[in-house]
Parts: sequence; C-alpha cells; structure tokens
Amino acid sequence: MEHVELFFKSIFIDNMVFATFLGMCSYLAVSKKVSTAVGLGAAVIFVLAVTVPINWLLDQYILKEGALIWLGEEYASYDLSFLSFILFIATIATMVQLVEIVVEKFSPSLYNSLGIFLPLIAVNCAILGGSLFMQSREIETLGLALNYGVSSGIGWFLAILAIAAIREKIRYSNVPAPLRGLGITFIITGLMAIGFMSFGGMLTGGDEDTSSLEGNPENLGIQTEQIQNENTEAVKTVEVSTITKQ
Amino acid sequence: MGLLSKKDSKLILDPLADNNPITIQVLGICSALAITAQLKASIVMAISVLAVMGIGNVVISLMRNIIPSKIRIIVQLVVVASLVIVVDQVLKAFAYSLSKELSVFIGLIITNCIIMGRFEAFALANGPWRSFLDGIGNAAGYGLILVIVGFFRELLGSGTLLGYQVLGDPITKTGLYAIGYENNGFMLLSPMALIIVGLIIWVQRARNKDLIEE
Repeated sequence: MEHVELFFKSIFIDNMVFATFLGMCSYLAVSKKVSTAVGLGAAVIFVLAVTVPINWLLDQYILKEGALIWLGEEYASYDLSFLSFILFIATIATMVQLVEIVVEKFSPSLYNSLGIFLPLIAVNCAILGGSLFMQSREIETLGLALNYGVSSGIGWFLAILAIAAIREKIRYSNVPAPLRGLGITFIITGLMAIGFMSFGGMLTGGDEDTSSLEGNPENLGIQTEQIQNENTEAVKTVEVSTITKQ
Repeated sequence: MGLLSKKDSKLILDPLADNNPITIQVLGICSALAITAQLKASIVMAISVLAVMGIGNVVISLMRNIIPSKIRIIVQLVVVASLVIVVDQVLKAFAYSLSKELSVFIGLIITNCIIMGRFEAFALANGPWRSFLDGIGNAAGYGLILVIVGFFRELLGSGTLLGYQVLGDPITKTGLYAIGYENNGFMLLSPMALIIVGLIIWVQRARNKDLIEE
C-alpha cells in the first residue's frame, strides 16, 4: 500500500515538472517533437531509477548523521551531510556517462536525435532533484527509494510527452507572434500545472493534505486551492483528453 | 563606465535584456520558478547564483587550458558543487529559516543550466576577467527575472513586499482592502510562476520584434 501510494503521489501530485519545476530546461528544449521527447523521457526514467537508490545507499551509510557507525563506535557522531551535493552529483555524472555509452551502442538513431541533451541529463535538475528530495523527504527503505525514482521519472515522462504533443498541434494555430515558441509553451505548462493540481485530493479523498507539499516553498498557497476547483476541472478535462488522444 | 571598455560593459548589459538567460536563452528555469512566491527568497536566490557564477566562471576560465575536454562536464560539476556547498553553509549559518525555506533549491543551483551553459559557451574560451563579467551579467539577468516574478507574486498573492504589508491590512480592512480589494491566493501557487514568465516573454518580444520565433 505504501508503495502504491508513493507511486501515484510521485507521478501525479508531486509531479516533477508541474509541482516543483524540475528539469524545465530540457523539458522546454526537447519538447518540439514527440519522438525525441519519448527518448529523453525514457532516458530520464532510467537514470532516475538507477541514481536514486544508489544515492539512498550513500545517504544511509555514509552521509547521514550517525551513518558511519558501521565503521566503529567512534564514528557515530560524524555528520557528513554537507557533502551530499558533491557525492550525489558524482554518482549522477557517472551513471549518465554509462547510459550514454549504452544508448550509443544499441540505438545510434536515438543517440543522434538526443544530441547534446544526453550528456546534459547530468545537469538535468530532475535527476539531482530526485536525489535531494529523496534525502529531504527521508524515504525509509531501498525499495521505496527505487519506487520513488521510477515513479517520479514516469511523472516527468508524462509531462514532456504531453507538452510535445500539444506543441506539435499548436504549430497549426494562430498564436500571437510575440508569444510563439517559448512564450506559449510557458503558459500552456502553467495551465497543465493547474490541471495537475486537481490530482491533489486523489489519495486523501478530497481532504486537505498539506504534508504532501512539505519541503516545498509553494505550500503557502495550499489553502487557496479550493477556490480554483472550478477552473481546474475544465483544464483537467482538456489535458486528459490530450493525453489519451496520444 | 570609465572602468570598463565598451566591449566589456556589453558583456554585462546584454544578458539583462536582449540576451536574457531565462527569456531568450531558455536556461535555468527550474529554480527561477520554484522559489519566487516571495520576494525575499527570490533576492537571496539571485545573490547566491551571482556569487556562484562569478567565482565559478573565473575558476573554470583559469583552468580552461588544463581541463581535458572529455571530462570537462565532471570538472565543471565539481567546481559548481563545491561553490554551492559554501553558499549553502553560509546560508545555514546566517539565515537559517530562509535556507530551510529554499530547501533543496539551493542544492539545485548545481544543475542550474545557466551556470553550465555559460561555462561551456564562454568561460572555456575566454580569459578570467571577461568570464567574470559574463558570469556577473548573466546571473544579473537571471536575478532580474527572478525579482520581477517574485515582486508580482508576493504583491498580488499576499499583499506584502519583503514581508511588509504595503497594501494595508487584510484583517482590519485598511488601505486598499477597505475598498474591497482581495489578495489573489492563486498567485502563490506554482502554475502562476510559469504564466508570469510567459507574460514577461510576451512583453519583451512585443517590444523587440527581432526576438520573435518562427
């Protein structure tokens, strides 16, 4: 049950793109075509699924206060958590290099279409963000960490797939010239984020769940959520229909 | 600008408007949106990025001839990560509540694409002084957008600026609230950050037709 809850929460409620804006750079840059978006999304799921559990182990056995106790009693008071940024990013950079080699070997066409963005997964905020949120939300077991990595990757995948599909269609629309390209993408993402906010009540059956936003500076606004329920419903319907069309 | 030559001051001024990292180069958006619900957090974030970018660009520029190009991304990450750890520790020491509020987003400066992007595009090919100016200029352009977004979100969302109630008191109904004004709590929610940035892009491109995308 715990696993199911975390799984759906990470995909819909704490969606990387819509709730915490992680990985926005590649989200905006690679979402012009559905096929490349799918490739990048899959790479992100894979890298998150590998790095989050590894970083969980690092956090549990090296970084946390008292984590070094397995070395002996005298190490029990060490707190190396200030080193977590550098250790996490090192793991991530290594794993990304590995993924790059594997993709180049097995799917050269995907490798070519991803271009510069494959090495840039290393600096994709979603990857480091996944590990940092894993740390700050104090995920308890290795299984849950793996689950968290996979499911937040899936959430990111869905987001980039949806925006790529919308952008392919919007090419035929008459958008005001100054908004074309980047501007309209921002605004659509904003509307999609409003849609995703309506998933907020999914696990609690509609009760306010402020704890799900812990560690998120946006939680100030949670009490105002009911106000826009009407608006969100409409956007959500549009949104869902766009996804299902794909 | 007696101190700087014309070319140098262009390095600083360009990213503020016509080559803004957020609205034109599309870099560093993640952190720009997540922490802008309050002006104070936006300013702190802008200053942190300014410090990391200024110093980081100089360091990378000094090392540019000895970094093997194959492992340069890892070298860059290590440099940024060390600088961000320093910023994080300073914030924890002098502004603990603020650093709690910014939570993981200080750590995410490491993966802020502006920093890596400028390392790749500028610091690896230019001398330390010019790289420093480029870093400061881009970080300032980034900070500018952050402050604009933070200003509007805090003003319209909670009626305050830097925590001061500038529009009057919503509970005792003074100032603007006396004539029926209400705070728009929606501005504090994350989607509005995206929409405000979208509007900034709209305004900027409407004023400067050269920037319009096909």
